[in-house]
Amino acid sequence: MTPLNISTKKANAPAGDTAGSTATEAFLEVRDLTVKFPTDDGVVSAVNGMDFSLERGQTLGIVGESGSGKSVTSQALMGLLKGTSAQVTGQAMFQGKDLVTLPESAMRPLRGRNIGMIFQDPLSALHPFYTVGHQIAEAYLVHNKANKKQARAAAVDMLGRVGIPSPKQRYDEYPHHFSGGMRQRAMIAMALICEPELLIADEPTTALDVTVQAQILDLMSELQEEINSALILITHDLGVVAEVSDNVLVMYGGQCVESGPVDEIFYDTQHPYTLGLLNSMPTLNSAASRLNPIPGQPPSLLDLPRGCIFSARCQYAELAGDGLCSNQRPELRVEDGHGKRCHLSGPQIITIRNSR
Amino acid sequence: MMTFILRRTGSLVLLLAAVSFITFTLFQLGPSDPAAAACGQECTPERVAEARVALGMDQPFLVQYADYIRGLFSSRMIGAPGAQTLCEWPCLGKSFQTNENVADIIGRSLPYTFSMAIGALVLWTISGVGLGLLAALRKGSPVDKFIVGAASVGVSLPIPVTGLFLLLLFVNQLHLLPFTTNEINSPFGPQGPGAWVANYLLPWIALAVLFSASYIRVTRTNMIETFGEDFIRTARAKGLAPRTVTFKHGVRAGITPVVTMLGMDIGLLLGGAVLTEQIFSVPGLGFTAVHAAISGDLPVTMAITMLAAFFVIVANVVVDLAYAAIDPRVRLQ
Repeated sequence: MTPLNISTKKANAPAGDTAGSTATEAFLEVRDLTVKFPTDDGVVSAVNGMDFSLERGQTLGIVGESGSGKSVTSQALMGLLKGTSAQVTGQAMFQGKDLVTLPESAMRPLRGRNIGMIFQDPLSALHPFYTVGHQIAEAYLVHNKANKKQARAAAVDMLGRVGIPSPKQRYDEYPHHFSGGMRQRAMIAMALICEPELLIADEPTTALDVTVQAQILDLMSELQEEINSALILITHDLGVVAEVSDNVLVMYGGQCVESGPVDEIFYDTQHPYTLGLLNSMPTLNSAASRLNPIPGQPPSLLDLPRGCIFSARCQYAELAGDGLCSNQRPELRVEDGHGKRCHLSGPQIITIRNSR
Repeated sequence: MMTFILRRTGSLVLLLAAVSFITFTLFQLGPSDPAAAACGQECTPERVAEARVALGMDQPFLVQYADYIRGLFSSRMIGAPGAQTLCEWPCLGKSFQTNENVADIIGRSLPYTFSMAIGALVLWTISGVGLGLLAALRKGSPVDKFIVGAASVGVSLPIPVTGLFLLLLFVNQLHLLPFTTNEINSPFGPQGPGAWVANYLLPWIALAVLFSASYIRVTRTNMIETFGEDFIRTARAKGLAPRTVTFKHGVRAGITPVVTMLGMDIGLLLGGAVLTEQIFSVPGLGFTAVHAAISGDLPVTMAITMLAAFFVIVANVVVDLAYAAIDPRVRLQ
């Protein structure tokens, strides 16, 4: 498998770069990350060989529909799958450590301290029985030698930084006292209180209404800049990705089907699936009264097709000829930092794009 | 919080009034005639009539009820006119059998029932919640399967079986424990706490085997559900130690149904564990109630019934208060 380097700084790193931190090593380097869940019905292949890298200060947007393996990828990086039945293989080098093989005891000090995580639904992700402030202070106390008073001061300060008015009073309130947007701000405060170098946001705006979404995204970008952390933003919302990402990775069936700088993904789309995603977005000025969905269903992760995972739903599978798409799985080919997993040639894709 | 407690106490008083009225009505309208029972066997109709007057049963029903309730607040005279005796506060009537104040009989029985309930409670809560939690943490493992299996066996073992088996093994065969005696009903008695524990250990175990089985199941189910919650994932993502995640974040949230069960069971048990007290010959409320019922001693039976209802109702209120203490979302409502 060819490693894909989304980061432009490392566009021509050797393919066989080994473990251990070297000067050329990216800040986060994920190689061939694979996650399988054994179930009664068979093995679910949730993530099938993900490769990407990320530098500090950059934002990587991971997009895909439900069940494409976005969240599982983030949980694997966070080590939250350790101690479950999930089988995680591959490599995820972060600060000279492989997050995949790192034992739970060594992973724990990294969580919250070096890697922060923001979850989708802040109401269910916050503990209903503890005050918001207490939960944030708790995150501070685990990783800092501080007494409760100092932790409280840090949490109040952080609540203020995420834009919660009168943080001293709000500290002692419970999550159910907060509005949805305020809860997500509190969640961000909790994830960032130790100023982690890597921040993973798993659908941070999905549970929020549209007016609040933009505020939360701005806040995240602002704090990311302050701390100079790397951000992995997982979402199914292409609009969100376009707004904040430097690079984009499109996932389908647990694989990366296309990746590259955000402008190229949107304006020089190379994969039929990404085209389908973009095409299914409603626009304000389109005359059509109906949405344009991608026909068909995502593949069953229990039994992935032999050929291209997207071939069953791809309108252009015939163009490659010889039943190539349904028989042979395409490799991820990277050219100038733009990767695609498709048998169709560049000119063929351009023809398809122009025909739309 | 204060209004919450006040409102709860108010409804408690109303409920108790309703329970006492219903109990009183049931016993008055029941098939057995208290007067006939009071005067004993081979009674002439004249003597039954005398007994009726002596018991105040010639009065209208509501007057009788009012008299009974008055006894709960002050001493009152009881018996036929001219032959009245003082029934001291709290007056629950006098035993047909011994003419003793019912309150005294209950006061004598309560320590035994408390002794049995407290130890059993501690034992089954620790074993039930502990094993249930262990099973939830090791879900699907042989440990989990063994605990769930043991719980199924435990819940299907009736008290007479476990009780008699324990007596046979530890008292008759191994001579490790003494047979239960009536002389010990408190850990602070002259024999000391050691003797108290030894005296009640077997009934505790018998009750704990029965009760902890359902606690294991409820704890296990609820903890498995709670450990799958998003906030547990958040707690792990913060880098908290496994122990903090399990107890501070997991158990605190998953334990509420167990608190409800515990409250109800304490209430029930304080009303007297009838079978257990019979088997181990502990003269607690259950034991006394059975003997009173068999001999038709209505005042005693009725008082214990009401007391048992009282315990259940109070337990309900305590559960509600405990809920409010555990879950901040309850306090608002």
